[in-house]
Amino acid sequence: MQSQQFIVSLLVNNHSGVLTRVSSLFSRRAFNIDSLTVGTTNDPKISRMTIVSWGDDRMKDQISKQLQKLQDVHKVQLMDSEKIVVRELMLVKVRLEKGMLPELMEAVNTYRANVVDLSTSSMSIEITGETPKLNAFLEFISQYSIIEMARTGPTAIGRNTYCLKDDDDPINDEEN
Amino acid sequence: MMLTGAQILVKVLLEQGVDTVFGYPGGAVLYIYDELYKNSDSIVHYTTCHEQGACHAADGYARATGKTGVVFATSGPGATNLVTGIANAYLDSVPLVAITGNVSTDLLGRDSFQEVDITGITMPITKHNYLVKDVSVLADTLREAFHLAQSGRPGPVLVDIPKDVQIGSAEYEPPSNNVSSKKAPQVNEDMLNQAALLISKAKRPYIYCGGGVVGAHASEELMRLADKVDAPIGLSIMGLSTVPYSHPRFLGMVGMHGRYGATKALYECDLLIAVGVRFSDRATGNKSEFTKDRKVIQIDIDPAEINKNIDVTTALIGDTKTILQALNSTIETYSHPEWMERIRYIKEHPDNSLEMDPRALTPQSIIEGACVKNGKNVVCTDVGQHQMWTTQYYRFTKPRTFITSGGLGTMGFGMGAAVGASIGRGNARTLLFTSDGSFHMNMNELATAVSNKLPIVIVMLDNNALGMVRQWQKLFFDGRYSQTSLERQTDYVKLAEAFGAAGFYAETVEEYGQCLEKAYQCDGPALIHCRIDNDMRVLPMIPPGGSINDIILK
Repeated sequence: MQSQQFIVSLLVNNHSGVLTRVSSLFSRRAFNIDSLTVGTTNDPKISRMTIVSWGDDRMKDQISKQLQKLQDVHKVQLMDSEKIVVRELMLVKVRLEKGMLPELMEAVNTYRANVVDLSTSSMSIEITGETPKLNAFLEFISQYSIIEMARTGPTAIGRNTYCLKDDDDPINDEEN
Repeated sequence: MMLTGAQILVKVLLEQGVDTVFGYPGGAVLYIYDELYKNSDSIVHYTTCHEQGACHAADGYARATGKTGVVFATSGPGATNLVTGIANAYLDSVPLVAITGNVSTDLLGRDSFQEVDITGITMPITKHNYLVKDVSVLADTLREAFHLAQSGRPGPVLVDIPKDVQIGSAEYEPPSNNVSSKKAPQVNEDMLNQAALLISKAKRPYIYCGGGVVGAHASEELMRLADKVDAPIGLSIMGLSTVPYSHPRFLGMVGMHGRYGATKALYECDLLIAVGVRFSDRATGNKSEFTKDRKVIQIDIDPAEINKNIDVTTALIGDTKTILQALNSTIETYSHPEWMERIRYIKEHPDNSLEMDPRALTPQSIIEGACVKNGKNVVCTDVGQHQMWTTQYYRFTKPRTFITSGGLGTMGFGMGAAVGASIGRGNARTLLFTSDGSFHMNMNELATAVSNKLPIVIVMLDNNALGMVRQWQKLFFDGRYSQTSLERQTDYVKLAEAFGAAGFYAETVEEYGQCLEKAYQCDGPALIHCRIDNDMRVLPMIPPGGSINDIILK
């Protein structure tokens, strides 16, 4: 079976230790993990995680089923890549030398990035988008001297009615 | 009513119908033990010699009774000593609630005396665990822990209670029936019909069942299915005892050390109906050979078991008993005379024979002899060759009478498990098969058996070696017996007597018979030390990753 990258989105309890439970499951079951983002939702009791993983169909199926078994996990969804918007944020700080500013600004504008900090010796750029766009920008910017950088890893949301919350959601059931 | 955390804990135990617990006291559970002392007329606490033994005892208790086992331990080393026992219960899906004390919440994370992060340590070997930092949620947390341990696919749950939470007080309110849990899936009609269709088309159906059938109390339904489908039954190690040895459809255990007939027939079937099994590598060997040329219906309570180890044709997810009942009322009654004739042929084939020399004291004569004396009582084992021989020679009659460490393969499991099983059945006669290797691991629990006058008959098969590893070294490492010749000088008869138990020694069949007579007359524990040949191998054997074509018979 062929390996492919995929995104799993989760709604989990916003407790301490939940992140450990999820990441520990990945290590215990020998699942692959490329990135994991987490943050609270509009319901302060619930956090949402976006995990980028890869593997064959068997692993994909197992990841979803094993996550489902965790007591702190309310909802697991293997995201359909056709129906989602994926975004990642990257911050990158480059060394600024004489005469570089116009060229860098052009790159920033072309990629619809933002300058978030500027000093005489460095420029910090914020860029969001899908991972390939960030990679392309990074490749371009690599001709300059990168001082440091940070990426969030992708986060994702479904388009239109494609949602993580649905009718048989245990969270909604509990409220009823 | 305002109660302390320790009082709330005891209240919840009583709510849950707990009357028996196992454990070992210590500094971080003093307040809990003080409450257990005050409530000793309603909850009996059994103190073992080591927390591992307590955990295995709670496990053995749960398996023998079908109730949830409860074990207590103090913080730090007390808690870490539970770890093997918890992992053992996890791999065999045994309902267990482990309650540990911990240092006060203000001391957590400071490497305080006897502090460990036991919730972190046990995360991958529990269904769920809790560190309770607020006494006001203690009661509901404990209720949820009990519910989780026994619902769905059972398993261990750990609750870690810091000292200040045991002392602090909160309003105690009786349970509200509002325990949150994952919903059990309903039987899917389409899948049921698909399974029925596969059964109707099958010419050579075979039922392979495991611990899930024991857990669901579904032996009757399983045997009815076998009759309706007209199929033989092979079992996983956890499934042994669900179907009586004498049952005409019984083929024995499947897998690495299973019966030739059980594995051979499986490889000839065109439809494998797997019930409550998880297709462990020890059972399947080569997974693609295992399912080649046959359809597979898998019935399990845990959706994650479907397609985990092998790909199945159709899956029925939910309570095994309910599914089997639904399936039995959906399908017609079939008859496969040719296939049954073939099964008879396989069963009577010389390769299916496990006969050893009847004049010598062999694993066969030892196990069969004790089996006759033990009747319908529980039999426990440790892990290794003696365990496999027990699966081959013991004539199981009733569910929940065979207690063994199937998934984790924990040497040292037996003594504690036998203590728990005996207590669970009202201090009943219990048989334990062990070996010199396994017995030396946790023999301390013999003292627990003596303290509580438990009539446990311990039959030790002593080959002066770590026999199973030795067997692999002989087969796969050209006989280089690295560290498996024990050369112990232990006098087991004196040892048993020193513990306060009876001890007997047998070298011949006659001596063994006399020892059994005496041992089964003892009121307390009795150990029979049996000398067996050093080079005895467990056969048949399918080498790891192999198939029926690789079976070693001689």
